[in-house]
Amino acid sequence: MAVNRKEKGGIGTGEVPIISLAGIGVSFGPVRALSDVALDILPGECVGVVGHNGAGKSTLVNVINGRLSPTAGDARYDGAESRADFRNGQRARQAGIRSVFQELSLCPNLTVLENMRIPYRNMPWRNWRGNAASAVRMALDAVFPGHGIDPYCVVGDLSIAERQMVEIAIAFSRRDIDARLVILDEPTSSLDGAIADQLLAYIKKFCADGGSVIFISHMLGEIFDVATRMVVMKDGRIIANDDAKNFTRDSLVDAMGHVVPDGAENGEGRKQRELGEDVLRMKNGLSARKGEIVGLAGLAGHGQAEALAQCYLERSSDWRANRAPAVVFVAGDRARDGVMPLWSILRNLSLQTLVEFSRSFLVDRAAEKKLAQDWHRKIKIKTDDLDSSILSLSGGNQQKVLFSRALASSAPIVVMDDPMRGVDVGTKKEVYRMVREEAEKGRTFLWYSTETDEILECDRVFVFRDGEIAAELTGDAITEENMLRASFEMEEAAS
Amino acid sequence: MNRDHLRILLPVLSLGLLLAAVFYLQPRAMSYFGLNLLFNLAVPVALATIAQMMILMVNDIDLSIGTFVSFCACVTATFVQSDPVTGYAMLLGAIAVYAAMGAIIHARGLPAIVVTLGMSFFWSGMAILILPSPGGSAPAWLNAMMKAKPPLVPVAIIAPIVIGLIMHYFIKRSSLGVLLRGVGGNSQAIDRAGWSVLGLKATAYGIAGLFGVLSGMALVGLTTSADANIALRYTLLSIAGVILGGGEFTGGRVSPIGAVIGAMTLTLAASFLSFLHLSSDWQIGAQGAILILVLAVRLVFTRREALA
Repeated sequence: MAVNRKEKGGIGTGEVPIISLAGIGVSFGPVRALSDVALDILPGECVGVVGHNGAGKSTLVNVINGRLSPTAGDARYDGAESRADFRNGQRARQAGIRSVFQELSLCPNLTVLENMRIPYRNMPWRNWRGNAASAVRMALDAVFPGHGIDPYCVVGDLSIAERQMVEIAIAFSRRDIDARLVILDEPTSSLDGAIADQLLAYIKKFCADGGSVIFISHMLGEIFDVATRMVVMKDGRIIANDDAKNFTRDSLVDAMGHVVPDGAENGEGRKQRELGEDVLRMKNGLSARKGEIVGLAGLAGHGQAEALAQCYLERSSDWRANRAPAVVFVAGDRARDGVMPLWSILRNLSLQTLVEFSRSFLVDRAAEKKLAQDWHRKIKIKTDDLDSSILSLSGGNQQKVLFSRALASSAPIVVMDDPMRGVDVGTKKEVYRMVREEAEKGRTFLWYSTETDEILECDRVFVFRDGEIAAELTGDAITEENMLRASFEMEEAAS
Repeated sequence: MNRDHLRILLPVLSLGLLLAAVFYLQPRAMSYFGLNLLFNLAVPVALATIAQMMILMVNDIDLSIGTFVSFCACVTATFVQSDPVTGYAMLLGAIAVYAAMGAIIHARGLPAIVVTLGMSFFWSGMAILILPSPGGSAPAWLNAMMKAKPPLVPVAIIAPIVIGLIMHYFIKRSSLGVLLRGVGGNSQAIDRAGWSVLGLKATAYGIAGLFGVLSGMALVGLTTSADANIALRYTLLSIAGVILGGGEFTGGRVSPIGAVIGAMTLTLAASFLSFLHLSSDWQIGAQGAILILVLAVRLVFTRREALA
């Protein structure tokens, strides 16, 4: 896919971009979330932004609405000279930039009109309730005619779709500073087809009247319907930025996929092996055989974590702690559901297997120590002293401890919830090798990952979309392109 | 709005029911003087309940309100009476400490339950330092205000109504009140809209401190003297009052009018049990039983709500 970066706006056209980003880079410590991003948005444009997990879409949105200060580059609002500093949020508001976030950000305990008050900074005090009610009602009527939502209703009483409608309407509502650029991050995720069409029609009208919209969605049909320009992101860069007319669905998916052939050994371990009988079968169609590595792919937050949790809890929730657990869990969010921050490395490592290996009421200290030393050697945890605090380890080594905690157990099924978040490449390779070895010994792995090269390690892949399995890929069909195709809705909403 | 009305219905009904029972047992209570006696101790409880409500509204809990009210009562009965400038400065300082406590709890991500529990020992110690043995006296104006006899309706009825209405307009109708409740509902949304959650939390705590001070002053106005342990029960009474009045521990769902009614119900429950000639040994337990009963009924209500 040829990268065609257009230089429009500025001199000659007489139009001032609402926002103009030049050479923007954002890093969180060593992680580069955005690098060298240049983007101008002119009045009247609807820009569709697509990209896979971690492509930098959310970071880009947060830079534009000023919540994140770029660590490099220049953001100009309304053509004004601007430095990147903490006042960007205010500048964005002054420029009429508003956002609707992917996860609902309304206060459920407040009424619809009271929620209007929250983003409206300088609301006049006099009769504010009446004004807010009429403003919300007007916006709802304009975007979603026939919506039937009462502005005096408490948001907690509304359905998810209605809440999303309210949030979108509030973003388009009239305030002291008119909306000029509205950022919609997956706005239709919980709207049904007819309502989504109303929104798309309104976006077209809004843009025709000189407003601009940034539209992020995994529904390619919708993006092609409204967007006048496409921005494709990958690995924190804009890799294509061109008129929507110049893209087809296939070329868009190709652009997103743009595989970098960095490791020839990717997926090399996927040899033909004899797989055992089914050890797991779930209602939603997820299944796994003995000795198989099953990947759960798709865009983040489309039901993979829920499927894992369901699978794990169904097999582990029992009144009695079982000596032989059926399933063990490797956490991805270490701080939340992995590490015991006050315990030593040794205690963290042996946690899973305490019951399994001890034959008496008391903990068998000698066995515990032996286990930890075995795994210390086997998985190369970088420490001299297993009794030091787990937090003295780097993130990657903490993750190794969590892996050994799970693998030390005899459980036949290992559930992994995106365990490689923030882990360096070296550790990843080691873990891939270990997972492979364990699978050959007959263990089953359920592996949710947001990273494509991890999914390529799997024997079978289920791609999730909107909480359901959209595709099942096996063998040579496991490619980044096929995964992208399944994660993004290729068909029209009608089909 | 409908849900809010339903929420307030239960506290109103339980107060009415209890009041009817009291009047049935003791018809002489049905008078100007009788009502004043029944409810005058409800005024400081109601003020403390409003203070607790401000904290519960931002998803925290205040375990120090009882000792704080005791401290304020001790300051009122000593410094405010003898050396007003120092006295009022101390009370203002106490409000500032409350606001700072809110700011620190938010900024450092500390659990409010731990911080306020620690602060409760601080306030308790301060109160004992100021007033080692029961004593002191109320400022004359305060005493006159609490013991005033306006025509037709006693102070003990007017004061809760005024407190309830003012706070209702502030919390439920004003635009600052919306932001404060928003912090309890979804503080991330407030933050994203560019508001300072830190400032809002400090404001909520500061208002709570103000009502704690008012509660201590009202208490001294009624009792005319103070004691370092005078209001220890208020911590639990205030939490119970907010919950009884239709509030919830999380999610910014509170009702100021309900909280005031809850405080009055709890005070009345004590009188009701005395009228039943229940031994005082059993009273606290019986009060708890009434609380559990009302909350059980509410659970049935909310279950139905959730199903509907």
